[in-house]
Amino acid sequence: MKARRKFIFWVAIVFAVLLAVPAALGVLLAAGLPVAEQEAFLAIVSERAPALAFAALILLLVSAGAVKWLFDEYVTAVHALAEQTGVVLGANAELRVATQGGREVAEAAAAINRLADAYRALRRDFELRTREAGARLEEERNRLAALMSELSEGVMVCNAEGRILLYNERAKGLFAAGETAAIAALVGLGRSVFALIDRDQIAHALEKLQRLRQPGAAPPSTRFVIATATGRLLKVKAAPFGDSAGAIAGLVLALEDVTGLLDQEAARRGLLQALAAGVRAPTANVRAAAENLAAFPDMEAGRREQFVQIVAAESKSLSQRLDAALREYADALKAQLALESMRAADLLGVVCQRIGASLGMASGLESVDEELWLRVDSFAFVQALTFLAARLRDGYTVQSLRFSARAVNGHAELDMGWAGSAVASDALSLWEDEPMQIGSEQTPLTLRDVLERHGGEVWYQAADAAGGSTARFRFLLPAGEAVMAPARVPVTPAESRPEYYDFDLFRASGATQALQERKLAELAYTAFDTETTGLEPSAGDEIISIGAVRIVNGRLLKTEVFEQLVDPRRALSRESVAIHGIGAEALQGQPVIERVLPSFYRFCEDSVLVAHNAAFDMRFLQLKEAISGVKFTQPVLDTLLLSAAVHPSHADHRLESIAERLGVRVIGRHTALGDALLSGEIFLKLLPLLAERGIATLGEALEASRETYYARLQY
Amino acid sequence: MTKKVLIVDDEVNIVAALEFLLQRSGYEVMVAQNGDEALQRVESFAPDLVLLDVMMPRISGYEVCRRMRERADWKHIKIIMLSAKGREAEVSKGVSLGADLYVTKPFSNNELVGKIGELLAGA
Repeated sequence: MKARRKFIFWVAIVFAVLLAVPAALGVLLAAGLPVAEQEAFLAIVSERAPALAFAALILLLVSAGAVKWLFDEYVTAVHALAEQTGVVLGANAELRVATQGGREVAEAAAAINRLADAYRALRRDFELRTREAGARLEEERNRLAALMSELSEGVMVCNAEGRILLYNERAKGLFAAGETAAIAALVGLGRSVFALIDRDQIAHALEKLQRLRQPGAAPPSTRFVIATATGRLLKVKAAPFGDSAGAIAGLVLALEDVTGLLDQEAARRGLLQALAAGVRAPTANVRAAAENLAAFPDMEAGRREQFVQIVAAESKSLSQRLDAALREYADALKAQLALESMRAADLLGVVCQRIGASLGMASGLESVDEELWLRVDSFAFVQALTFLAARLRDGYTVQSLRFSARAVNGHAELDMGWAGSAVASDALSLWEDEPMQIGSEQTPLTLRDVLERHGGEVWYQAADAAGGSTARFRFLLPAGEAVMAPARVPVTPAESRPEYYDFDLFRASGATQALQERKLAELAYTAFDTETTGLEPSAGDEIISIGAVRIVNGRLLKTEVFEQLVDPRRALSRESVAIHGIGAEALQGQPVIERVLPSFYRFCEDSVLVAHNAAFDMRFLQLKEAISGVKFTQPVLDTLLLSAAVHPSHADHRLESIAERLGVRVIGRHTALGDALLSGEIFLKLLPLLAERGIATLGEALEASRETYYARLQY
Repeated sequence: MTKKVLIVDDEVNIVAALEFLLQRSGYEVMVAQNGDEALQRVESFAPDLVLLDVMMPRISGYEVCRRMRERADWKHIKIIMLSAKGREAEVSKGVSLGADLYVTKPFSNNELVGKIGELLAGA
């Protein structure tokens, strides 16, 4: 608009100048003539008026043409040059400015491109140096993150404000297991720990630790037990860490799931109580009767017989009670043995190693169910299998063993097979009762002891006549529960830094500043996108998928995402399926929108929302306010509007086009999460460009968005 | 005059042993099998001491004890509670309801007779 006004202004000026010259000449000429000739001149002029007007029109066109040419060659081209240079500088150092317009402009463009080359080279060099310098620090940090993810304990670190600045996957898992996976996402960088652990508990811990802290002494720690939203009991060990000034800068929280332990403990206590209560009364009866018998040897025979009967009957009932209690609480007692959950594949791997090392036999695994877990005393069990292998080698010249394992009706079936010689039918039963001896190593335990301890069995299965299967010892063992393995973060070289911690949050300026005045760079964002059944929310179109990712301290946290399909409770149009590729069967059984929105709300509660063409998505959310009971009132930034604010001369602000312009790789489009990630990355690229234009705070970004033309689009 | 002891317990085996023991120790003994019967016998037999089991169906030993202590004319009757429960809380409950002594099962016959003797001698 501005450009057009400028254009008209210049056309007017040139036209005026061009008109003014002949007009002034005419006036000068006419002024020197006598009156009669002046009149004749005027008559000639007015007679030729149409021709003169035509000439003026030609002049107007000529001046418009000249100005247009000048504009195109110099003004517009220079504008474009400036804008492109801004992108090179701010977002995409790979971009080169296009050389259109006048020769001089082309020369300037070429100069800018040379400058851009030099800038890129300089920047690469700079980046290389920075990377090198940062690499070692990064490595240390990664080592810390890797170490953290290997811990079987959950660990969270929070600063004094209660913001989480480090956690591991296990900690996330301990608070997880809600209806939607999104609940787990509440353990997240920059999120408040008070959403997970009661504020009073933490405050009390801090207060206590403050009191316990003494200079020079070992750092104190305090313990408490909390219940999670899903009813799990966690033992929390909190230890403080100080800043350079000696004040408590934050807490390290070690979390341990004690739900199961407490159950076992309760069972053991129950056993003790049952035994105590059940045994007291019969013992009293026996004792009273027996003491009577002893104290009054002169009692009559009938009496004596009665008391002897009482002693017999009561002792019998006592032993029955004892048996019953032990049966009932067998599991609680077993739990006291050194049984641990172990993956069958891992256990058999150890067995193979052991057999190779101490017996020199070849062995290997075949068809071992990777998901199969056992409850075993691994030391004793490895010993038992090695013992059997030794007996097979010595007695039957077996040289090589194969192991397999599978789940069968809640039990684990473990096979130790070999090719060749069958063993005598009574061999196993003899071996079962021998104290196990492997080379010089001997234990008083027998194979039977080990099996009984595990509640397991073993038998011999001969090779079938057709030779289709090998001879084998088959073990039946109770299956164990999978121990949640810490998920490993795939750390690719390109994304050097796993996103489980952010120590920069130490410097978070806190909530004291009004939101509008906060710097864009330091806010937490949730970039999100929805897929829908169509484009008209008010005509009954519904959300079928929500994807979102958190942005904290200028980093896209790809491990803190929300992804949920939604049952729209209506048919899908063929056109929409063609776009998002989500069919009706995929949505069957998914939660409905009024269940999904509250957990999405919790996911993005303390952040600024970011979306591409946000008005569209927000409209869908607004229409569900009543039914879902949540209202998304947080500020919203629109990448479409921000892009338009940064690049007003570009008309195309589709997601792909912006991505291309800013050098963002496009993958996974048209899934809600894929688009959310894309808008998140674009948003991060837009931040420096906004800063260049003096847009640094949230308030300024919102204002700039409002000013953009596209802001007037209404859905 | 021979002192009178009422044994209240629903378990016949302990009752048999206690009845024999106390008779041999020189007491006049009466037996009640439950709480209701116990209260009737206190009325009719007028014992000097009641051996009262805690765990009985319908009316528990605690309840019998409480009701006995509501009657001013029964104030002088000694009460020994016998129980297979030995927790601190149960002992104090029995004592605060007015029992003179709380004995957990199993117990020694000699000690029980000794305690009964002490309580009745002090009366």
